[in-house]
Amino acid sequence: MEHYKMNLTLRIWRQKNSETKGRFETYKIEDISSEMSFLEMMDVLNEKLIREGQEPVAFDHDCREGICGTCSMFINGRPHGPWHANTTCQLHMRAYQDGDTITVEPWRANAFPVLKDLIVDRSAFDRIIQAGGYISVNTGNAVEANSILVPKDQADSSFAAAACIGCGACVAACKNSSAMLFVSAKVSHLALLPQGYPERKTRALNMIAQMDKEGFGSCTNTQACESVCPKEISMTNIAKLNSEFILAGLSD
Amino acid sequence: MSLTGIFLISFLVVHVGINACIWANDGGGMFNLASHFMATTVVIRIVEVGLFAGLVLHIVQGLVLEVQNRSRRKTGYAVSLGNKGSKWYSRSMGLLGTLLLFFLIMHLSHFWVPSRFTELPSTEINGKEVANQYAEILRVFQNPVVVVLYVLGCISLMYHLLHGFQSAFRTLGVPNGKYISLIKGVGFGFAIIVSLAFAMMPVSVYLGWVS
Ligand code: SF4
Ligand code: FES
Repeated sequence: MEHYKMNLTLRIWRQKNSETKGRFETYKIEDISSEMSFLEMMDVLNEKLIREGQEPVAFDHDCREGICGTCSMFINGRPHGPWHANTTCQLHMRAYQDGDTITVEPWRANAFPVLKDLIVDRSAFDRIIQAGGYISVNTGNAVEANSILVPKDQADSSFAAAACIGCGACVAACKNSSAMLFVSAKVSHLALLPQGYPERKTRALNMIAQMDKEGFGSCTNTQACESVCPKEISMTNIAKLNSEFILAGLSD
Repeated sequence: MSLTGIFLISFLVVHVGINACIWANDGGGMFNLASHFMATTVVIRIVEVGLFAGLVLHIVQGLVLEVQNRSRRKTGYAVSLGNKGSKWYSRSMGLLGTLLLFFLIMHLSHFWVPSRFTELPSTEINGKEVANQYAEILRVFQNPVVVVLYVLGCISLMYHLLHGFQSAFRTLGVPNGKYISLIKGVGFGFAIIVSLAFAMMPVSVYLGWVS
């Protein structure tokens, strides 16, 4: 792929803390390589800001290889930027051209309050997991893999759901700020396996109750979540969660 | 939301079926008989109460849902995802539903109120006295403004159903893969065919295709 350099205009949301009002700041940045990742471009910006005696832009990041889910940025109107099934850290600057203007915002949802600049508090997701996203028996050491047989198609569906990295892009994209795709991924992941199956009803009820308590909206099936999810979590999981939830409600 | 939606969908099937009788081209005989049956049968009257209850419930649930969901994001985006992630009508069910509500008020005042609370001129079919609802249709749809409003109402209905039909089944947890593509297909066909059939009724009357 051809290498090129570009000059960009960045409009970035700056906010001191969750109490203060934020606003957009505009920065010019030069000589960005098309081979940089988006976060490396942000690093270049921050080094420049530090050199100039300004406060660097706070943003979440950890693995920088698309598996931890922390790098939440709403870039030009799309969570994680323009590429399909991709995280911000795996977005590369070859997605942009010289002279482009890029607007970067934090996730917007009451349940994800902004802590500083582009960092939001996603502990609501942790509390949803704590409400039931686990198996409450001690499974002990890893046993011989064939001692509990799992049908291949179920193992595959469960694995596909388990790929959710808890990034929150689904919430950020949803007009209702609904967390249904996230919750459904966690519920399906466990309910499809023999170890998670027995507790599936209480799990669905408790996780949905916590989700509502955290102030996420309700799902109206617009599919925006699925279209932006970096791990291509399918909305089929939402239908599965709904049926788990309804069956649990009917049988209790 | 989903249950009341599916209930109202089932009503649309009956409604469109009966109205299609105007195309029998028998001077409204078949249609008047059908609407006479609907207006005078006790069971239907009871079902009608259920229908209004379902409708009111659907409207109230819809408004509450819309208000709640809108309140979940106090600060909006400067650049929004818009149509990049979802269809506009799937995000506009509140708006489409409100348009349908206005349409429905007009529609009920055109046909349901007069037939229920006033004495319509009657006509005789096979020796039976029945209200001439058909003449009402011919009269109301002489006005081009009314025809245009009805067609707009049907367009709102189409988009409302395009999303609502499949969304209702998803909310009820109809799983997975194979069924959802069937439901999407049926929902798409249903939305188009039913709305088109409804829209063609005032149009056919206005253009004199039925008389
Ligand atoms: S479902 Fe997708 S978008 Fe939502 S948290 Fe999981 S990985 Fe992120
Ligand atoms: S930094 Fe871990 S997924 Fe992007």
